[in-house]
Amino acid sequence: MINFNNIWQQYKTIISFSIMGGILLFVGFNQSWTLTLGIINLSLISAIMALGVNIQWGYAGLFNVGIMGFAALGGVSVVLISQQPVAEAIDAGGLKMFFALIMGAVTIASGVMLNRRGVNKWLISSIVVVGYIVTRYYFSEASGLIEKVNPGLEGYMGGLGLPIMLSWLVGGIAAAGAAWWIGKITLSLRSDYLAIVTLGISEIILYVIKNEDWFVRGVKNVAGLPRPVPLEVNMKKSEWLQDLVVWFNKADLQLLSESERASQLIELMKPASVIFVKLCYSGLFLAILVALIVLSNLALNSPWGRKVRAIRDNEVAASAMGKNIERQHLQIFVIGSAIVGIAGALLVTYDGILIPTAYQPLRYTFLIWVMVIVGGSGNNLGSVLGAFIIWFMWIQSGPIGMWAVEMIGNNVQAGGSFIEFIESRVHYLRLFFMGTIMLLIMRFSPGGILPEKNKEL
Amino acid sequence: MTSESIDIINAFALLTNFVLLPALSYGSQLALGALAVTLVYSVLRFSNFAQADSMAFGTMIVILLSSFMIGKGWTISGIPTALLAVPIAIVGTSIYLLSMDRLVYQHYRKIKAKSITIVMASIGVMFITGGIVRFILSAKAQKFADGERFIFSVREFKTYTGLEQGIALKTSQFLTITIALILVAFVFYFLQKTRTGKAMRAFSDNKELALLSGINPDKVVQITWLLVAVLTTIAGTLYGLDKGFAPQQYHLLLLPIFASVIVGGIGSPVGAIAGAFLISFSEVLLTYAYKKFLIYLLPLSMHPSSLVQLIGTEYKYAISFVILVVVLLIKPTGLFRGKVIVDD
Repeated sequence: MINFNNIWQQYKTIISFSIMGGILLFVGFNQSWTLTLGIINLSLISAIMALGVNIQWGYAGLFNVGIMGFAALGGVSVVLISQQPVAEAIDAGGLKMFFALIMGAVTIASGVMLNRRGVNKWLISSIVVVGYIVTRYYFSEASGLIEKVNPGLEGYMGGLGLPIMLSWLVGGIAAAGAAWWIGKITLSLRSDYLAIVTLGISEIILYVIKNEDWFVRGVKNVAGLPRPVPLEVNMKKSEWLQDLVVWFNKADLQLLSESERASQLIELMKPASVIFVKLCYSGLFLAILVALIVLSNLALNSPWGRKVRAIRDNEVAASAMGKNIERQHLQIFVIGSAIVGIAGALLVTYDGILIPTAYQPLRYTFLIWVMVIVGGSGNNLGSVLGAFIIWFMWIQSGPIGMWAVEMIGNNVQAGGSFIEFIESRVHYLRLFFMGTIMLLIMRFSPGGILPEKNKEL
Repeated sequence: MTSESIDIINAFALLTNFVLLPALSYGSQLALGALAVTLVYSVLRFSNFAQADSMAFGTMIVILLSSFMIGKGWTISGIPTALLAVPIAIVGTSIYLLSMDRLVYQHYRKIKAKSITIVMASIGVMFITGGIVRFILSAKAQKFADGERFIFSVREFKTYTGLEQGIALKTSQFLTITIALILVAFVFYFLQKTRTGKAMRAFSDNKELALLSGINPDKVVQITWLLVAVLTTIAGTLYGLDKGFAPQQYHLLLLPIFASVIVGGIGSPVGAIAGAFLISFSEVLLTYAYKKFLIYLLPLSMHPSSLVQLIGTEYKYAISFVILVVVLLIKPTGLFRGKVIVDD
């Protein structure tokens, strides 16, 4: 008698990943390969984000509710690094904007410095107020000038025109900087303060991005970002891909006449080029994900990692051994947020467009949390698996829900208005179902599908 | 009277109409929400992220009931029908919150989970609640205030006083301020004087000691949720009567509510109320455009040309955040030295 439970316990990582792979293959054969690759690519990016969150939650118990904000910082860096500069706008208001920003920074810095020196509070406040007024004056003038330059297409200063891959790194650094600042403020306090402050900062980052048109065009979006992989249009003409397609469809093509074969080939090249480009992205994302997992596993098995686990498992004991818990937590928070920032940059790169209104807490914060919890908090491979499962469900739940509603609608003749009512709102049920999944897993299987292995210290 | 002194009166009428009254009513709405968060925090020992969405839930019941009542003609002229629906909505919200407690939070209390785990669960509840509200009422903004819009309008005020600037008292503002006053007085009376309220405070001060002296923890928890349901439903309804109902707008109230609680000192009811007014007045004062006000007060040569607005309205949420951060930096226990429960 084979004990299934034992087999599951031993090989659950392999089994669950194979099942997920099988489901994706099924979708590929039955629906379409472009859809499958789309799901895979976004799952990979989500997996990177989930990895960052998992490092924070699983290694240090830090609850980050501002994933959206860190991802948005990554997305903005893509624009600021890779777009070509808009010379006209920089000429118009660049210098003034630079001066305003320097002025603002000086004001804040001098306020903080003087406060530390214990200077009279009234003097400090008046310096800050005057600094604020001067900053605001130049700032509003500069932003007005910049936004006036060709507002339909530009109206912002553009980026640095550097290679887009560099922006992934910069996105990570930007998120790490924000995380360092937040961590400095909250990590010495109660654990839910971090949650509240991250929630606030992520909303505010989004407010700034949406409202400051001179920065990254606000809600007008920045489209046409450069790409790290070839364009689909160019791939359609490439000969080796054509040869590959011919080889794949040899049997079908041989049945056709010469002219039909040519037109059929053009038809086949369309999806083939899309698939090729998506595969390029998959390769890139997979490489980054694997590199990050390898790095974090190496780190976790190093002396540093032993310290991390010691602190996580027993803060009091570790503290008694002279470990600085606060600094440790700050390091982990910064590292995790940097990874989220990188993922945010990858996402915008993949989309090729920065859409500030697309940043919703549900999609960027909550969904990632569900991934981490479902996959297995504390286990890196678990959060990757969680990312695949939850993203797959997220994508497929829409069509399945609509299909279910239509089935009911076809069978129930009366109450047509009720069906219409449900149909128009079925997507809000996602909130409900994702919340329920999260609570159920937390309640009945707190370790998730792939719980963390308990290693001997 | 000289024209100068009239100008000064005009200037302050302007300020009363556009700053004082809005800030007072917004502050009262925040205070009720903050009081609910602080109660949950003291008794159940976690920051309830679902508070703002629960307010939307309570308001949703009010909207459904009041539209039904208007359809039936069960209205009293002059009073918003929504108010008549509030008592039943409180029952509905209580049932919802109590069943969420039974289904979600009770388990974590039993296994003595870390407070951060319960916070995470409350985020799950927040999304479920938000999902239900959006599913039933859609995400669109809507108004549900009916009846008399003003206690007295700008025109009435102008003809009565002969001033150039008028003050209008909206029904919603008047109701908000009076109801909030009564409710806060009731909550304080309940906590200070009644047996159950004392039990609640004892439970929040020292759980073990309270259990030893024979306080029934389940009852304390239930009473807390009932109080929270009352505060939540009324806060949500008053906010909706004042500014209209939109799920996303309610969801975003979470940040000012938390800021109020922390600024006042988490776990301290007085602090929550003080914090709420601090937040609301800062928000309104900093986003108000002072141009007209200054025109009344300054001589012609000094009249401002710009709006004289310190911070754009779009950043009003940032204000509560900045206050929150400053308080965390300077005085993390808050103005009224709330308790800082450390994770067990």
